[in-house]
This record gives sequence, structure tokens and C-alpha cells, in this order.
Amino acid sequence: MRFVTVSGPPSSGKTAVILKTVESLRQRGMKAGVVKFDCLYTDDDKLYEQKGIPVKKGLSGALCPDHYFVSNVSESFEWGKKQGVDILISESAGLCNRCSPHIKEILAVCVIDNLSGINTPKKIGPMLKSADVVVITKGDIVSQAEREVFASRVATVNPTASIMHVNGITGQGAFELSTLFADEKTETDTLDGKSLRFSMPSALCSYCLGEKRIGSKYQMGNVRKMDVDNG
Amino acid sequence: MDRQLILHKPFAELLAEMPFAGDFFESQGLEAPTASVKDFIDNLTDTQLEDMGIEPSEFLNNFFTFLEAVGSMTEKTSVISSLTITGGINKKGEDENFELEIKAGEIICIVGPTGSGKSRLLADIEWMAMGDTPTKRRIKINGADPDKSWRFSPEHKPVAQLSQNMNFVMDLTAREFVKIHAESRFVQNPDEKVELIIEKANELAGEKFDGDTPVTSLSGGQSRALMIADTAFLSKSPIVLIDEIENAGIDRKKALDLLVGEEKIVLMSTHDPILALMGDKRLVIKNGGVAKIIATSAKERENLEQLQELDKKLLELRNRVRTGDTLEEI
Ligand SMILES: Nc1nc2c(ncn2[C@@H]2O[C@H](COP(=O)(O)OP(=O)(O)OP(=O)(O)O)[C@@H](O)[C@H]2O)c(=O)[nH]1
Ligand SMILES: Nc1ncnc2c1ncn2[C@@H]1O[C@H](COP(=O)(O)OP(=O)(O)OP(=O)(O)O)[C@@H](O)[C@H]1O
Ligand SMILES: [Mg+2]
Ligand SMILES: [Mg+2]
Ligand SMILES: [Zn+2]
Ligand SMILES: [Zn+2]
Repeated sequence: MRFVTVSGPPSSGKTAVILKTVESLRQRGMKAGVVKFDCLYTDDDKLYEQKGIPVKKGLSGALCPDHYFVSNVSESFEWGKKQGVDILISESAGLCNRCSPHIKEILAVCVIDNLSGINTPKKIGPMLKSADVVVITKGDIVSQAEREVFASRVATVNPTASIMHVNGITGQGAFELSTLFADEKTETDTLDGKSLRFSMPSALCSYCLGEKRIGSKYQMGNVRKMDVDNG
Repeated sequence: MDRQLILHKPFAELLAEMPFAGDFFESQGLEAPTASVKDFIDNLTDTQLEDMGIEPSEFLNNFFTFLEAVGSMTEKTSVISSLTITGGINKKGEDENFELEIKAGEIICIVGPTGSGKSRLLADIEWMAMGDTPTKRRIKINGADPDKSWRFSPEHKPVAQLSQNMNFVMDLTAREFVKIHAESRFVQNPDEKVELIIEKANELAGEKFDGDTPVTSLSGGQSRALMIADTAFLSKSPIVLIDEIENAGIDRKKALDLLVGEEKIVLMSTHDPILALMGDKRLVIKNGGVAKIIATSAKERENLEQLQELDKKLLELRNRVRTGDTLEEI
């Protein structure tokens, strides 16, 4: 089975792009399934179901959704195999810019949109920096020049990625994206033993462990202080 | 590019040769190295390593890729003397049965009803289709298959596209906006280019505008004029694709002259008879396929002059309405 991780900021167009790409994959005779990871709420599973796409959803609740993703991705992969799909796509909302679901040797896609502002590429960290493919959406809303400026900012942050423009509404560019999803290089038997592209924050601070009181004496573990005296 | 050499060179020296090297560090949210890049990587603290958001080996690989990409962007683009489209199939699966070679300096128009597939044909060219799109068309450049790597590197694609939408969401003045665009293309002397673009845009626009106007306050015609001048002077691409420029408010003839420049290949989808006759040939699209290729005849060219007279007349009337004149005599 082929596997692709799709990540990106909330509402950047991940579902829209995946839906259109799955349509193109179908035209090539490939069957796709989706696992959707989110924090508190998502309706995306219904959108996938409507299109007859096998879908599984997981809500992380109070946990960072990417931590929850790694803890469950192997099982999701096995679920996909049971569904008999040719390609499994994971969609995860990058709510925490520090974490990223991308796995070594697995096609990693980051979806960001033209409306998010030209400094956004600098802000979103490993999810964008370590992606193989960056999909830029909502190009229909801005001028050609603005699209180019945005794409060049993305290319500076991640110069090795393939950058593609996809319109999540009309599907323009989705066919082109599907050629990358369909590539045999994304074929894999198991995720066990594979590793993340970039480690997630490891150390915990006292607040992670339930501390509520404010002040230095209550803080333990991995604590970083901002410099308020200088500058 | 000698990676070892770059790695060990004091960063200040590297900056003198490649001023854009600093942009990469800035984009990663890092301070520029004080000594060499090697020294920088070797002495990263744990906090810095975490903040980098990427493994150091990948970081370096990205850094070199970036330097190479920008380096090659400032090189001259190769000469393109012809583009060939080989027909595929229409929406019903019937053969299109045509091959068209377009030479540098030619303007080809694409006409057809809404939804017939004009934008798809432009998309086939932009994607350098090799029988692998729904239309199964093939594109050749200078008689040979195009370089596949173009597909994913917008900065190397020999194709510039001017699309239907001219909106802006950035909160910048016209001057700042064009400057940022010029910088993103690493053009030489951006300030000169910026002034030229604003001047030329003003020649196209019905209403003049100032470089200090926020782009979000430009009228539809002014934005269009700005984007046309921007494409004409910032893009080095020898192939220009235009998806409908007819909107009122700009001088279409001047706009086309600007865009075509010297020795470019222009493909333009249009519903406008004047623009259609300005082309050397026009492709008539029906049901997703090229149904007919019409060369603009001498008779049509004559008629074009008449059409332009009509158009000028209409423009005059429009200006009179705008300035509060009555149209009792026309
Ligand atoms: N105009 C325009 N709208 C788009 C485009 N792509 C997506 N949208 C719209 O943007 C909104 C969000 O898109 P989604 O696909 O739900 O975004 P998402 O990233 O899956 O969102 P979450 O899963 O909630 O994080 C929807 O209303 C889409 O219709 C595009 O290319 N152009
Ligand atoms: N030969 C073809 N085979 C299959 N699908 C096609 C073919 N040609 C076009 N299409 C599809 O038909 C749809 C309409 O085409 P397109 O958007 O290019 O129309 P258009 O002529 O540009 O319309 P408009 O004038 O409204 O802009 C698109 O989804 C496109 O992918
Ligand atoms: Mg979604
Ligand atoms: Mg169109
Ligand atoms: Zn996290
Ligand atoms: Zn904590």
C-alpha cells in the first residue's frame, strides 16, 4: 500500500485538495482511503464518506494532535490495508507549529494557502521545512504576482520541496499532484521501525504535568525564559 | 558549486559573493553565522537545534539547494524558438488530430464557449503535458520533449501566466508590492524596474494612480494594468499564457504590445473579437478538443481596423459618460 502524510495549518485546504486528488487517483484506477487526525472536532470524515472514500477519524482531545498521530499511525496503516485501498492518505491539522507528522521515506505533503500572509512560511516550522511537496491553495483569490511572491517565500524556507499550486474548489492542479501520490516510491509494507523526520519536543515542564500555579518556584523540567531585561 | 569551499568560507566573504545567502538564515528564523557555516553548524546549542525544526544535515542540503536555485535564476534563460502542441482527445474521447508548431513572435488565440476547455489547454502548456493529462496532449519545446524538472520549479519554467484574478490581499503600496515581487525574482536593480512598471501601468490604466496607493485600493482596471506591466517587465519567460484580459478599463492593444515584447510566444484565451483578430491564428475549442485552426485572413485584418475604430468610439463614449457628459449627440 502507498502512504502519504498531508499536514497544514487549520483551514488551509487539506480536505479540499485530498478530495480532488482522490478523484484524479480514481481516474487512474487507484482506490484511496483517508485517516483524519484532529484535536477536538472535525466534520471532514463526513465529506470523505459522501464521496465514498473509506475514512477513519481520531480526535486527540487534550493531547497535541501530532503526538497522538505518531501513537496511532501504525494501527491506522494496518486499518488501511484491511480496507484494501491502494493508497492511504493521512490528514492532520498542524495546530502546534512545533510538531510535524512527517515520516522518513514516506511522501510528506504540506498544504498552505495564499491568504495566510507572506510571513507564514517562516512560522510553521518542521511541518513545512521537512515536506517533500508543498501545495499552495486559494490562488484563485489573489493575483499572479502575489502567488509568485508567496511561492518564493516557501521556496526559501524549503528549497528542496516540489511546489505545486492546487485550487481546492475547481481541482485545477490536483491531477498534477496525483502523479506524485501515485508514484511507486510511496509504496511501503509497514510503518513499524520507520522514524519521524524531526523529533517532537521531548522534555516536559510542570504545566504539562498538571501544575496550575504561576511563578518560578512552581516551574520544573524544560523551562525557557524570555529576556525581558534587555532590548 | 563547491560545497566544501562554501562551508568553510567566512560568512561575510560568502555574503559579498552571494548576498542572498543571508535570506536563507533569515527565513529559518536564525541569526546569520559570525564565522563560517561549518562553524555555525558545529556549535549549535540544543535550543537552536530544536528551533531549527530540521536535522542539521538536511538544513545544509536545503542551504546549498537554495544557493544553487537562486544562482541559476540569475542566469540567462535559454532561447526558445518554437513550441509544438500535438493533439490528444476531446471530452468524448475522439482524436483531435492536429499538430501545431508555434514560432517565437507569434500570438495564438484560443476561443470557444464557456467550459469548452480553453483554460485546460493553457494548463497543458504550463504543465508541459506529455500525454499524461486528461486531454493526452503533448508539448514539445524546440522540437524536443521538455525538461521534466520544470514541472516543479516555478522559477525555471519558461512559462509566465497572467490569470483572470487580479485581487490582492497583501497590505502594501503598489511600489512596495512590485519591489517585493522583483526581489523574490532576484532581479538586478529592482528600484529602477519598479518605477518603470508603475509608469507603464499608468499608460495602460484609464485612471492614473500613484506608487504610494495601497494595492488593495486600486480599481479593477488599475490592478489589471499593474499586473500586466509587472508580467511584461519582471518575467523573463519566453512563453506567455494569458487567460482573458478583456476586462474594461485598460488599453488592450497597448497591453498586448507590452506583453508580447520581442520574440515571445503568446497564447491567449479570449472571448473578445478584437483580441482574437490580433492573433496570427486562433484555435477553436469544442467539447474539450481543438475543433478548428483558423489563420487570421487579410480580410479579417482589414476588418480589425474597423473594429478598432468602433472600439475607440465606444471608449470615447465611456469617458464622456464618466466625466458627466450627456450622450445626446454621438
Ligand atoms: N477560493 C478557494 N477556497 C478554497 C480553496 N481550497 C480550499 N478552499 C476553501 O477553504 C475552506 C477550508 O478548506 P478545507 O479543505 O476544509 O481545509 P482543511 O485544511 O481541511 O481544514 P481543517 O481540516 O479544518 O484544518 C473551505 O471552505 C474550502 O472550500 C481554493 O483553492 N480556493
Ligand atoms: N479533452 C478533455 N478531456 C477531459 N476533460 C477536459 C478536456 N478539456 C477540458 N476538460 C475539462 O473541462 C472542464 C472545463 O474546461 P475549462 O475550465 O478549460 O473551460 P474554459 O473554456 O476555460 O471555460 P471558461 O470560458 O468558463 O473559462 C475542466 O474541468 C477541464 O479539465
Ligand atoms: Mg480538513
Ligand atoms: Mg477558463
Ligand atoms: Zn505539538
Ligand atoms: Zn509543558
